[in-house]
Amino acid sequence: MTFWNDPINFIANWLGGVFAGWGMASGLVYVITALIGIVVIILFAMAIAIFLVWVERKVVARFQDRLGPNRIGPFGLIQPFADIIKLIIKEDITPDGADKLIFNIAPVMSLASVILIWAIVPLASNIYGVDINVAVLYLVAVGSFGTLSVIMAGWASNNKYALIGAFRMVATMISYEIPMVVALLIPTILSGTMSVKGITEAQTNLWFVFLSPLGLLLFLISAIAELGRSPFDLNEAESEIVAGFHIEYTGMKFGLFYAGELLHAFTFGGFMAVLFFGGYGGFFGLEKMTAFGWLANPFVELVIFLLKALIGYWVIMWIKYSMPRIRIDFMLAFNWKFLTPLAFVLLMITALMDKLLAPTQFYASGMFLSNVLLAWIVIELLRSFSKRERLAKEKPAEPVIQAAQH
Amino acid sequence: MQNEWLYIGLFLAIGVIVPIVPLIASRLLAPRKPNPIKQSTYECGIETVGESWVQFKAQYYIYALVFLVFDVETVFLFPWAIAIGKLPLFAVLEGIIFILILIAGLTFAWRKGLLEWA
Repeated sequence: MTFWNDPINFIANWLGGVFAGWGMASGLVYVITALIGIVVIILFAMAIAIFLVWVERKVVARFQDRLGPNRIGPFGLIQPFADIIKLIIKEDITPDGADKLIFNIAPVMSLASVILIWAIVPLASNIYGVDINVAVLYLVAVGSFGTLSVIMAGWASNNKYALIGAFRMVATMISYEIPMVVALLIPTILSGTMSVKGITEAQTNLWFVFLSPLGLLLFLISAIAELGRSPFDLNEAESEIVAGFHIEYTGMKFGLFYAGELLHAFTFGGFMAVLFFGGYGGFFGLEKMTAFGWLANPFVELVIFLLKALIGYWVIMWIKYSMPRIRIDFMLAFNWKFLTPLAFVLLMITALMDKLLAPTQFYASGMFLSNVLLAWIVIELLRSFSKRERLAKEKPAEPVIQAAQH
Repeated sequence: MQNEWLYIGLFLAIGVIVPIVPLIASRLLAPRKPNPIKQSTYECGIETVGESWVQFKAQYYIYALVFLVFDVETVFLFPWAIAIGKLPLFAVLEGIIFILILIAGLTFAWRKGLLEWA
């Protein structure tokens, strides 16, 4: 074991040896080495969040045919640090009527809920915080902490717009969590485990996106809804309720919400990669050949994971800047009358096909074809339904025209 | 096994401390000149009328009831989903019947008009 093959365990063993040499108890050594590792992971996540501020501003500028930040540093790369300094030295205003304790806890909880997800993100085959056997459920559980922080912020601000924003967030969360959980069930069925590392390793030969493209679609839509990003950004709809739940937040407290949102989007991009695009792997066995043996290196895997997560993040950003905001009744109807039934039908088909086809060689093609067939049926149903709706709307108009002619 | 959850607990502690650090920095560096106008509630610049902490529309409540049923029951599906490779076909079909009952509940709510935004 060298630093290049297994950096985390190498450093942990070395530190453990040093601390044991000082005469510490083994439990204390574990806690201290774990704490050092945690600080490194969190600082890494925060560095990514700072980088994402630049990415977000630069990409939205290109979408809107602008240049974006380009004054401070090369390509404006130092801009996020200037933003942070500005946010820190801004005056922090707490409105008079606010519930001060909850008002101050909410932004901390918002960022902490995202940081907590990083405990299970598998950055490479041996660079990860912890590999728990209920990681998929952990993702859902920690995600709802973020929603709770939105509700706390909206309620404690003592502001009607903030309250409306918070209630919309509740409506979004309670609706889209069901397709989200079902979308998480599909990689669980395909790999037979809930650990993110197990799911990644089950995709060594074939990514789950080829087995279940509809599952990816469900996960993407419900992740965007849970993030509260456009087209589901009703909780901070700036044209009607100003800034929604964070209307009363200024300075660094607003900065924490902002950093939390960006990092959350990136983390969901990463989980899209883990659940459907093979996570840190991605050479389909190429690394087993001697000429490409260097590809099986944790640092190469780390770069691959970050690239995949950035691509996922870019797709989420692309959707955000291309789609208009949808009305809340449409949003709820879209979930309850379309996504939820589709999710459960897909779940039943996946379970049945997995059971029936797993031993045969038709497994991958059968899975893919059943997804395509389901998608086609759904599109046909939607088309006939919208046609019926359109005809029903056009019909009452006819007698009026006839009456006018007589 | 215990170590994993100890790790998560330590992660939670550090994860809460990290966002607090910039808040403390801001508390030390930022100016503090409060006045009543600055600290009043911001609602588009008009003076605030009435209470904000009021009872809210009941539509959200009905969606929450439907959600509760689904969320509790989807949790039961996770053990089934993990074990699908080892279960006999009959047990997989039983799980599918369970999901069909869920869908029947959704259809009932739909036909009753609970999913309409009124």
